[in-house]
Amino acid sequence: MKNSVIMAGFGGQGILLIGNMLAYAGLEEGKHVTYMPAYGVEMRGGTANCTVVVSDEPIGSPIVGKPDAAIVMNLPSLKKFESWIKPEGTLLFNTSLVSPEKQTRKDITVYPIPANDLATEMGNARLANMILIGAYVEATGVVSQESLINSLSKVISERNARFIPQNIEAIKLGARQINPSNA
Amino acid sequence: MSEKKIFSRPKTLKDAPFHFCPGCHHGIAHRMVAEAIDKYSLREKTIGVASVGCSVFLYDYFDVDVIEAPHGRAAAVATGVKRARKDKIVFSYQGDGDLASIGIAETVHTANRGENITIIFINNTVYGMTGGQLAPTTLLGQKTTTSPYGRDFMQDGYPIRMTEILATLEGTAFAARVAFTTPKNINMAKKAIEKAFQFQKEEMGFTFVEILSACPTNWGLNSIDSMKRVEEEMIPYFPLGIFKERKAADVL
Amino acid sequence: MTETRDLVKGNEAVAMGAIDAGCLYYFGYPITPQSDIPEYLSYHLPKVGGEFVQAESEVAAINMLMGAASTGIRAMTSSSSPGISLMQEGISYIAGSEIPTVIVNMSRSGPGLGGIAPSQGDYFQAVKGGGHGDYHLLVLAPNSVQELYDLTILAFELAEKYRNPVMILGDAMIGQMKEPLLREPPGEIHEYPKEWALTGAKGRPQRVLKSLYLKDGELTAHNWKLHQKYETMKESEIRFEELMTEDADLILVAFGSAARISRTSVMMAREAGMRVGLFRPITLFPFPEPQLTAMAKAGKRFFVVELNTGQMLEDVKISAQGNQVDFFGKPPGALPTPEEIFEEIKKIYPES
Repeated sequence: MKNSVIMAGFGGQGILLIGNMLAYAGLEEGKHVTYMPAYGVEMRGGTANCTVVVSDEPIGSPIVGKPDAAIVMNLPSLKKFESWIKPEGTLLFNTSLVSPEKQTRKDITVYPIPANDLATEMGNARLANMILIGAYVEATGVVSQESLINSLSKVISERNARFIPQNIEAIKLGARQINPSNA
Repeated sequence: MSEKKIFSRPKTLKDAPFHFCPGCHHGIAHRMVAEAIDKYSLREKTIGVASVGCSVFLYDYFDVDVIEAPHGRAAAVATGVKRARKDKIVFSYQGDGDLASIGIAETVHTANRGENITIIFINNTVYGMTGGQLAPTTLLGQKTTTSPYGRDFMQDGYPIRMTEILATLEGTAFAARVAFTTPKNINMAKKAIEKAFQFQKEEMGFTFVEILSACPTNWGLNSIDSMKRVEEEMIPYFPLGIFKERKAADVL
Repeated sequence: MTETRDLVKGNEAVAMGAIDAGCLYYFGYPITPQSDIPEYLSYHLPKVGGEFVQAESEVAAINMLMGAASTGIRAMTSSSSPGISLMQEGISYIAGSEIPTVIVNMSRSGPGLGGIAPSQGDYFQAVKGGGHGDYHLLVLAPNSVQELYDLTILAFELAEKYRNPVMILGDAMIGQMKEPLLREPPGEIHEYPKEWALTGAKGRPQRVLKSLYLKDGELTAHNWKLHQKYETMKESEIRFEELMTEDADLILVAFGSAARISRTSVMMAREAGMRVGLFRPITLFPFPEPQLTAMAKAGKRFFVVELNTGQMLEDVKISAQGNQVDFFGKPPGALPTPEEIFEEIKKIYPES
């Protein structure tokens, strides 16, 4: 098994955080992982994307031209990365910020998720990234939801540990967007 | 009548003849630094930093461990030595081109960090080794091989007063300017250099002694007239004295 | 994989390697994309009895390193391309004075301010000298987070073994990427004799570290001595990795990040039934010229992939001794994808 995903959005949407989580989750499952961030010169507010590869075999390139999947949180990222996805690959995108008609490809599995709206309903708009990564893991099974949840303690500092329970809730809410029966 | 030896070679100096030009003040400065090192019995724990210029051959005269720094970088090299070996006494010996021109950033930041080292600064208002070019300390009107019409502030700015600049920095524990023109001044120079090493021994911070020096060869003067020039032209612009002397209680 | 692995950023792996190699002093100046190294060390060096100094410039940093290392203590600096350019004067003096030092270049794009994207545009600078005079750095080119850690530890040892500056040439890609790291500190640090170290002339003759030699014949002899040292490195220190080269008709030659990406392209080619391999120099100086020459003599064809317009290419051409060498270069701006390199392989793969 080898799975690659590009995650992209605005800086500040927590893209790099969920990329790290997926890499940690893969590591916990004893898999080979690479996490490759792309960054602008700005500290905040630019675009952010990262590529995560999770594999049973040693990984060559951490750079991927044709990823198995993409998680897209804003319109510029959809425009840039939709065409990159492998045929029969997977796209999760944030319909709170990207209208569904902007999405064009028919040869991939598409999961439109109103991540910001769902997060706002939960009472914290900043959980949109957790909803999407929860949905991604549910849709692809690259890692288990349990490993994903365990990774939270690696990426969230002790100072913010009190936020972990609502992040877990958001991950599960994301998973239910894919599979409503999932508790 | 009994004879008493009142003058001998400092232990820190090797028995080697100086290569300096007649009337040059490097020899006196070398001796005075060596005497200060002897006074506190520091020779075996001293590491010298040689700079680029006439004083690069420091290691041929001083019987201490020496590292040779790139042009202008002696203060940075000394910082590294001292950080790694805090129990050693570290001094650099630099000319005006080295310290005040190409190396001014390293000089100022080393002082500002309060590095516990001593810099001996030889100001003779000219680049010596390269053949008498304009230095940052060249006096207004002074002719050099690259200021053939005399230094003009419109073109080259003004001679820089390093001791005053460094005295303004919190990290500086001791900053003095001295000269060898009179017995009184020589005594003052000796005391200042000793104080610098004493302060370093007591971990007071950055110590700096500027020595107004003669360069008869590049000035085109004989030894006596060179001495007069230091007294009559340099001292009025570069006043002698202690510009900063930190009390132990001031050390944070 | 074992549980002791942690997900670590390349830059941090360098800093961890330095700590585990017994490095006590770091001097540097912030520059993207390597600032994680000074940040990590400013926090951790004081905990092991060492010190971190943020210098006023890269010029000062390399000279502070020269001073600290001259006392026989393990010390390092790191920077990225423009900062490494500023250090070249000091590096030349360090090489001339034979002071063991470790210098990390997490290179970015140039020339000039260029950009912060990964690049291999500093190959010539690292391998062919960089500063003035006839000298070489020993240059290590890691291609993974694990190797960044391992080669940093090795760098300190080689620096002392040869009394020579060692450069780790990475780039923004491996410096910024995260991978699992198995942090296994070396049990014992090998101590080389340091009869040259400046420790104060107590009960022994004075020691001098210098690069100025003016007496008749002295400098000539000094240069020949340095040359001999580089020749010894060529005999003893060449390191490389081969992947499926034995039966290959075409061998990709790439280092660092480019090798990492090429590895996947090679796998793609194998899946498509092409006999393609990868040769990865780990030491860029000494360059694995004898190994490449042997393969060239056995009829292998080389395809060089670099993140520049062709630098290591020249060394591969020398090694190939007239055999055909193809090249794919990607100057900074965007990294090549494995698919892109695979397309290039298809274009030149020998028809049978």
